[in-house]
Amino acid sequence: MTAVYRWEIVKLLAQKRTYLGLGAAMLVPLIFVVVLQFQSGGPNDVPLGRYIRDTGLAVPFVALFFMSFWAFPLITSLVAGDVVASESHNGTLKTILTRSRERGQVFLGKVLATLTYTAVVVVAMATVGLVAGGLAWGFNPLTSLSGTQVSTGHGLALLAASIAVYFLPLAGIAAFALMLSTVTRNSAASVVGSLMWALLMQLISVLPGIEGIRPYLLATQFEAWHGFLRVPADWAPVVRAAWVCSLYAFIPLAFAYVVFLRRDVTED
Amino acid sequence: MSGPPPVAARGLVKRYGKIVAVDQVDLTVEPGDVFGYLGPNGAGKTTSLRMMLGLIRPTEGSVELFGRDPVRDGARKALAGVAGFVEAPRFYPYLSARKNMRLLAAYDGGQARGRIDELLELVELQDRAGDKVGGYSHGMRQRLGIAASLLRSPRLLLLDEPTTGLDPAGMRDMRALVRRLASEGITVLLSSHLLGEVEELCNRVAIIRTGKIVYEGTLGDLLATATAEYRLRAVEPERARMICLAQAGVENVRAEDGELRFQADEEAVAALSIALGQARIGVTALVPERASLEELFLGMTGGDSGDKTPTREEVA
Repeated sequence: MTAVYRWEIVKLLAQKRTYLGLGAAMLVPLIFVVVLQFQSGGPNDVPLGRYIRDTGLAVPFVALFFMSFWAFPLITSLVAGDVVASESHNGTLKTILTRSRERGQVFLGKVLATLTYTAVVVVAMATVGLVAGGLAWGFNPLTSLSGTQVSTGHGLALLAASIAVYFLPLAGIAAFALMLSTVTRNSAASVVGSLMWALLMQLISVLPGIEGIRPYLLATQFEAWHGFLRVPADWAPVVRAAWVCSLYAFIPLAFAYVVFLRRDVTED
Repeated sequence: MSGPPPVAARGLVKRYGKIVAVDQVDLTVEPGDVFGYLGPNGAGKTTSLRMMLGLIRPTEGSVELFGRDPVRDGARKALAGVAGFVEAPRFYPYLSARKNMRLLAAYDGGQARGRIDELLELVELQDRAGDKVGGYSHGMRQRLGIAASLLRSPRLLLLDEPTTGLDPAGMRDMRALVRRLASEGITVLLSSHLLGEVEELCNRVAIIRTGKIVYEGTLGDLLATATAEYRLRAVEPERARMICLAQAGVENVRAEDGELRFQADEEAVAALSIALGQARIGVTALVPERASLEELFLGMTGGDSGDKTPTREEVA
């Protein structure tokens, strides 16, 4: 199993789109900091946006907010939508499925590698944002959403926790892209399709009169990290994100798994 | 040799909607065979091989490799000791040949890693092993496909049209390689639409036409099944014809271009020659004209010699 996973990572590292996604994720916070250096206004309406020039610690949080709309869904889909489809496209599925691995192992290796990539892009974005923001405005204590001061060290811990919970809805998008990738065998259709899915989830979440289901929509889970930035921490959205996102991830993955196990491998 | 045969297909059927790509195929490959799976393009060869390799599920029937069924036992178990490829072998274009080989060795459990360079040398790719496969020619990929198969130290090699698309020198080298592997004791099943290739390499054949096996056995037996046709030239054609017609075992006598043609076995022909001699009819020629393999093959496969350019869209 580790061999399959390791070689899935090698494949990702050898493909341009991996760096395209990673590069974009790292570039966004950098551009953000540079623009704010030359402008006087700021993103005052978004969580922690008001404090962005007080401390570099606020930058990754603000970027998490902005990038949840389409940047991260796109960056995630870019790789997750390609991970099975590219094997179909290159005809390599038959090559690896006639070796000494069960189809389930190959699929699981792909899922884990995709999730690894997803986690890496979020961490890379946060790291670049933190460093760039810190260099611009210093590593000062952070003002929480409840208005209290949080020490730099504690702020970093909150950032790590926020990234972890932010990863959950992204995993849901990655799972959806992987399913499309397995079923359609077409990379472009999968990338676009899963991005549309993410955007649709957001559209639904802003419709009036859906307050009852809003907490269970995928888009809502991108705000779960706000819970960590309250004093005391509000665990309710975090716990909800954990189980809601598990469903959003598990259902498409289970479907894709069955399709992958049973599919006829032919030249398309 | 004891134990289950390397390949045993029983009632193998694959349907795609209304199209029957493979129709009730039974075939057995014995240990040590170089088995030719012969048929025109689109006859169902590749589809059969896909089922053997566990890439597609049979609609009906089953195929066992050394007694293990890819559907029942899973590909990992069923393909132990088995290697090969269908259509052209495919690799990751963005990785070098050596990296592709390392990846496949890892998928096999990693033991073969140490043999990669030796195998790349065997297929004469050692100088280009560091280059990305994306830049490889068809022939180079074909050779890499063989090397990748040998990485598994197979007892059974399944090769789908291994010489298709190669230039004459490439074809010659590929055939030499197959012969060499067979001489080392590897059982080989190779599909081909080229009769000459199968004649040169294989001891046994199965001929497939529109999904159905129309012949399975040796090429020699196939030739022997053909009724021999003879050509007779005699000084008095009309009298000779009467004698032919009267001779037991001589059939289908007809006159063509001042000659007589008939079908008979050797015994009847011997008796006929004596009869002609006794009738004092001078014989200037009595020539057997066996149907060629080519003719037999064309007859069996419906006149389609399969010389069309292969297309990737083909189901089989």
